[in-house]
Amino acid sequence: MTKQIAIALMTVAFLSSATNAMSKTPVERIVTPKGIEIWLVRDEKLPMLSLQFSFLGGASQDPAEKPGVASLAASLLDEGAGPYDARAYREQLEENAIEISFAANRDSVRGSLKTLVDNRAKAFELLKVALTAPRFDEIERVRAATLATLRRNSTNPSELAKDRWYARAFPDHPYGRPVLGTLDSMPNISADDLRAYVGKNLARSNLKIAAVGAIDPDTLAKLVDESFGALPEKAALAPVPDAVPQGLGARDVVPLNVPQTVIVYGGAGLKRSDPDFIPAYVLNHILGGGSFESRLFKEVREKRGLSYSVYSTLVALKHAGLFMGAVQTKNDRAFESLDIINSEIERIAKSGPTADELDKAKKYLIGSYPLRFDTSAKIATNLLDIQFDELGLDYIDKRNAEIEAVTAVDIRRVAKRFLAGAQMLVVMVGEPVAAPAKAAKQ
Amino acid sequence: MKIITAMAVASAATLFSPRGAAAEAAGPQVVRFMLQNGMDCLVIPDHRAPVVTHMVWYRVGSADEEPGKSGLAHFLEHLMFKGTEKNPSGHFSKILASLGGQENAFTGNDYTAYFQRVTRDHLEQVMSFEADRMTGLVLNDKVVNSERDVVLEERRMRTDNSPAAQLGEAMQATLFVNHPYGRPVIGWEQEIKKLNREEALAFYRRYYAPNNALLVVAGDVTPDEVKTLAEKIYGPIPRNDAIHPRTRPSEPEAMADRRVVLADTRVAQPSLTRNYLAPSYRTAETGEAEAIDVLAHVLGTGSLSRLYRKLVIEKKIAASAGAWYGGVAYDTTRIGISATPLPGVALEDLDRAVDGVISEIVENGITQEELARAKTKLVADVVYSWDDPFTLARMYGAALTTGLTIETIQKWPDRIRAVTADEVQKAAKKWLASRHFVTGYLVKPPAPPEKRS
Repeated sequence: MTKQIAIALMTVAFLSSATNAMSKTPVERIVTPKGIEIWLVRDEKLPMLSLQFSFLGGASQDPAEKPGVASLAASLLDEGAGPYDARAYREQLEENAIEISFAANRDSVRGSLKTLVDNRAKAFELLKVALTAPRFDEIERVRAATLATLRRNSTNPSELAKDRWYARAFPDHPYGRPVLGTLDSMPNISADDLRAYVGKNLARSNLKIAAVGAIDPDTLAKLVDESFGALPEKAALAPVPDAVPQGLGARDVVPLNVPQTVIVYGGAGLKRSDPDFIPAYVLNHILGGGSFESRLFKEVREKRGLSYSVYSTLVALKHAGLFMGAVQTKNDRAFESLDIINSEIERIAKSGPTADELDKAKKYLIGSYPLRFDTSAKIATNLLDIQFDELGLDYIDKRNAEIEAVTAVDIRRVAKRFLAGAQMLVVMVGEPVAAPAKAAKQ
Repeated sequence: MKIITAMAVASAATLFSPRGAAAEAAGPQVVRFMLQNGMDCLVIPDHRAPVVTHMVWYRVGSADEEPGKSGLAHFLEHLMFKGTEKNPSGHFSKILASLGGQENAFTGNDYTAYFQRVTRDHLEQVMSFEADRMTGLVLNDKVVNSERDVVLEERRMRTDNSPAAQLGEAMQATLFVNHPYGRPVIGWEQEIKKLNREEALAFYRRYYAPNNALLVVAGDVTPDEVKTLAEKIYGPIPRNDAIHPRTRPSEPEAMADRRVVLADTRVAQPSLTRNYLAPSYRTAETGEAEAIDVLAHVLGTGSLSRLYRKLVIEKKIAASAGAWYGGVAYDTTRIGISATPLPGVALEDLDRAVDGVISEIVENGITQEELARAKTKLVADVVYSWDDPFTLARMYGAALTTGLTIETIQKWPDRIRAVTADEVQKAAKKWLASRHFVTGYLVKPPAPPEKRS
């Protein structure tokens, strides 16, 4: 194959001039000779290269009776591969100051590589063997470490609440299974399970790559073809059905001897591909998004001192859109926090935000967007997310305009879609007391 | 806790390649200057993105509280968001949010810091707000009472809901017999409950002044711009001549072995932790803290480390094992070791195995390969830290408020490169083969004796 490197360069300004440059460097879309697409931001100022990549699938591809396969496989990719046993592999990484890591989530296996530019050839060689020739001979050691983590999590109220929420929301769907696996499943996973997982899931057809650093497109394309190009062309993914959360209206109390109850609540939200996602995102920001200005922050924390942390968020999985949140309050006032959250959800669903709130939220979301692009690692992560969500290379240009265009009418429409009269599935871990009559233990 | 390992300097990349010259120029060119009123200022230019991080650090932390008022420094940090006469309740946060800015604050043993991240055109505005609340804080009992409840919830979340965190608190209180580092930054619950408005304001007036503050601006700015703005905005704030360098009680010689056991039904996975007293970068003899950083790396960073290889791989008695060193501190600080036993392994056996690993280094030192690997990693972290102006601002801020100088920071990679295996062994002998440590056992409560009928 002496096909000439044909790099399709499509350079897009990082952000329209109207809103201040997002970064001073444009994103380049590269397609390698082997057909692998990479989004690259060239930055020659630092002698390093950051690569972020993902394989669609993740824990949703775990065998139903063996949750934790994707996660364990990901943990073992850099524990011995190709000619290197685990120790030799680690020595190669440390001696060359290269960082490679992998982790699974519900929808994907994600990986990252960080190297000084001078060591990039070695870095891509190590990446290639991890992806294509993992040994899995250290499975017992990594399994033991995972079991220790699972035991620790088994009395951690936040972990318990999250796992229980997903288990109840998705009883017959891969999303209901814990990504890390369970104390029951972990002992039953074999090296063959991991090999089977990798064989089906690490392929070029479900791969997305973002790179930031001191490298030119030709050199990057060659390195990527040598490493990722050795993967099979097509992934063999089991179909994952679209799902909506179950158990809405239920309130589950998991008793645990802790002074503070952890509450995780949630219901149906919107998928990222939904045309109403952006208005919903703005609405959620006003209700319980990240800033100190959200209604939940003001009502639960600032006015009443009920919690250090309270929020709501849109969780956009590939096959389910969720609206979720959490709060932590001492046991004898936990139900008070929950009641306030419920009434704030009702209130905003009924009356919507004020014009001032909407205006301020849009200003915040637009004005803070550049803060997501001020390091190589953050740029790479955001570019990868945009690819994963299939939003297109021009999303970075369009995104702020989409926020700006959100009207009060849009907000009322989306409020009706996912907040009005919404029943939540609520999980409380702790010893909450003074439960109102309607709170039935399940 | 390893902030020092990732400090930035301009010459760090030379280790990696003979072609390091290009990389050498890549480090941040920091500029430090002082205002007439004694406010310390540092600029870390990085023009890659049109964003700036603005921080104001005060040289006061939990270790500066009076006995009986633990948690006051951190409580005041929360109250600093409650408004001033010029910018009443929530005004600052509201305006900042409408600019797309992000803000927060953090408190440590030795410092309290406030920061905002904004696009570069809003720097002047956030500076004005921060300058205003250096002296203009207004508090009423209602907001103070409600915020105290928030802090109590924060304590429950971070500490009381986690037996591992409770053990850590107990170990720290045991290790530091006399020094205020023995108190938790967030405070003891019964003392937090008694903190009030007057105490918070008195602490504020005593410690919040330009001559006790460090300004750090990192990102898309030039030193000249920052200087002009700082002189205009922070310059007019009067200094407080009652502020003096900190002196705190020191630790006595340790006479007793100390072991702290926390048994709790919530413990599903036992663990072992050791904390040793160790000098900080400020208090250590020349080169000693660098040797301890190398020691902590060889001993317990990653799967090639001594602890991991011996306990996890060779003896197969632990699921994980590691070590760390908190070198960035004003006074004597800590080296930590932790290990998680595999099922059926007694903590006493793990404890002895840890002793064995330490003795091996104390008696025979480390290898040249280990030394070289540690140096490569520690210096590479410096280069990687250049990618994040916020991280840089935080590292420089922590270093400068714990008594270090720019030169200490910039020459750090050179000094790490100069560490010898002999110095590492000496450090191990001096600091790990002493009585100045506490061992913590996190365990399930013993099973109740079976009832006999």
